[in-house]
Amino acid sequence: MDWIMVVQVLDSTLRLATPLLFACLAGLISERAGVFDIGLEGKMLAAAFMAAAIAYATGNVWLGVASAIVASVGISLLHGVAAITFRGNQLISGVAINFLAAGLTVVIAQNWFSQGGRTPSLSGGGRMPRLDLPFADALRDVPVLGPIYSGILSGHALLVYIAFLCVPATWFLLFRTRFGLRLRAVGENPAAVDTAGISVVGLRYGAVAIGGVLCGLAGAYLSTGLSAGFVQEMTAGRGFIALAAMIFAKWRPWHAMGAVLLFGFLEAVANRFQSIEILGVGLPVQAMQALPYILTVVILAGFVGKAIPPRAVGTPYVKEH
Amino acid sequence: MKATDRIPHWADVTLVPLVSVALAFAISAILIWAIGENPWEAVKLMVEGSFGSSYGWGYTLFYATNFMFTGLAVSVAFQARLFNIGGEGQALLGGLGVALVCLYIPWPHWTLALIGAMVGGAVFGALWALIPGWLQAKRGSHIVITTIMFNFIAASLLGYMLVNVLRPQGTQDPSSPRFPPETALPSLHDILALVGIPFSRVPPVNISLLIAVAMCFAVWYLLWRTRLGYQIRAFGESEPAAEYAGISPARITIYTMLISGALAGLMAVNSVLGEQQRLVLNAVEGAGFIGIAVALMGRNHPFGVFLAAMLFGFLYQGGAELALWTGIPRELIVVIQALVILFTGALDNMVRIPIARLFAQARARGR
Repeated sequence: MDWIMVVQVLDSTLRLATPLLFACLAGLISERAGVFDIGLEGKMLAAAFMAAAIAYATGNVWLGVASAIVASVGISLLHGVAAITFRGNQLISGVAINFLAAGLTVVIAQNWFSQGGRTPSLSGGGRMPRLDLPFADALRDVPVLGPIYSGILSGHALLVYIAFLCVPATWFLLFRTRFGLRLRAVGENPAAVDTAGISVVGLRYGAVAIGGVLCGLAGAYLSTGLSAGFVQEMTAGRGFIALAAMIFAKWRPWHAMGAVLLFGFLEAVANRFQSIEILGVGLPVQAMQALPYILTVVILAGFVGKAIPPRAVGTPYVKEH
Repeated sequence: MKATDRIPHWADVTLVPLVSVALAFAISAILIWAIGENPWEAVKLMVEGSFGSSYGWGYTLFYATNFMFTGLAVSVAFQARLFNIGGEGQALLGGLGVALVCLYIPWPHWTLALIGAMVGGAVFGALWALIPGWLQAKRGSHIVITTIMFNFIAASLLGYMLVNVLRPQGTQDPSSPRFPPETALPSLHDILALVGIPFSRVPPVNISLLIAVAMCFAVWYLLWRTRLGYQIRAFGESEPAAEYAGISPARITIYTMLISGALAGLMAVNSVLGEQQRLVLNAVEGAGFIGIAVALMGRNHPFGVFLAAMLFGFLYQGGAELALWTGIPRELIVVIQALVILFTGALDNMVRIPIARLFAQARARGR
């Protein structure tokens, strides 16, 4: 492996980690508030379709992003109605959302575009423009710093940078604001929050809606930034990798960034090589694809530090009368 | 919850699921209308395509066989209040078990091959469910998350086995060689020909259908007529009460997951041995997930699972006909499946509370 290849793999690591990071933070905020969210995959998929469809129709990618957020928040609210208002099973609701998105995106895409469940390819204003960071060109030839700054960090779509800015923002929201304190409390002990006169239902809807916005961004980046258009099932399990990353990070924002970078790196390596040798042992590409899931199971099993979810996650809150 | 107490048992097992399914179908009809097709014509076409000929019946029953196995798998776990989303992965591994048994053991006759394949599929499926079950029982890992992860790990494992181990040399297609002809199961055509009933030769429905129906009886017997079944249901009703009565939670969790995984793995007898006669990458095609919808709709009772599996068999065959003759893509069925899961599983209270209110009013008037 030469240096050019390393730079390319790390460059694509950032791009592949971006949708994972948005979705992972979405799940993190929702579960910190006590609502399971295994519908990340479905929300991303619906958002990816809306972003590509509207960006194609209007030629403006930002309108696409806005409609992706609307679609994703809409689905989040459906999850909220089922999970919070009607106190239904949050896991089953998430499963339903994943199928709903998988089916609806293809039915609607076929109806609108008649291209076998995909949108036409995006070009020009329909795609997310790449941003060059300041001085990227000037620094290109500087040793070490040049490849890192110009080759890896610079030249991504705006949403990549927003995703990484969301990490400190989520940390600040959860651990340094009153809303965040209440949100975490509602995920641990909703009765206490209720006793303090704060609406459990309102807080949980708020958390679910924020998750919707983040999943909207994840999907929009997938179809207009990472690729140029929507294809059937294009999320390809990313929602579940994000879920895995969230558990891997034990529901903490900074660790989530580390986890998605690791998983993004694995995906980048698996995309690039059919098999690699580590210490003389050949590792097939399938092992690389399965690694995030295996690592998560190991973490869940508590062999390497225990992953303990927020205490009230998954249990609907029933007010005492 | 008080609201549920006021619904008579018969209404709870018939009215509530029927209203949920009616809601799901109504929304699907609106969707069909919205994409510019005629819902009434679509229903007629689906019924005609799945029940109008022995060809249609054959495919309906073939799909229903798959869904009975996976539906039973999810139901048994639900009875112990374990949500096994891993039916898909367990069925994939079951397929691997069936393929290994059929490829590496020279069976003299299909009857023996069938028994061997059932053991292979059930054991591989059960082992794949054992790990999440064990992790839940001994380490407290959330079974929903681990079974999801195991679906993906199963897909990677199968991909590796097909590409690097089972694929015959010189072929590009990631699939196993064909099983020897001695293992071919008799189709429904062959079985019905014995008693002189003509049936289409084309559809892949085979003797596994009878095994699936037998499994419905077996699961019913297990759950309501054996000590283990009683323990599973008691554990599902209340874990602390079951533990107080001397039932070991770890033991029940592990046993339940073994049974659930074995049932999912048995599906491969129908799809891998009965239909394709070889192992391919997408041997399960989402049937493991449809088991969730089937179990929810069937109220986790084997008879309900049987009926719900037939309904989904009809939807799958009818959906294929729709995609063939109209502009409605096959994925419409995925939408219907999602709506059934949503209404019977997650929005249960939305349906239940108004029904409970109606009964309360009726009672008040009767007094």
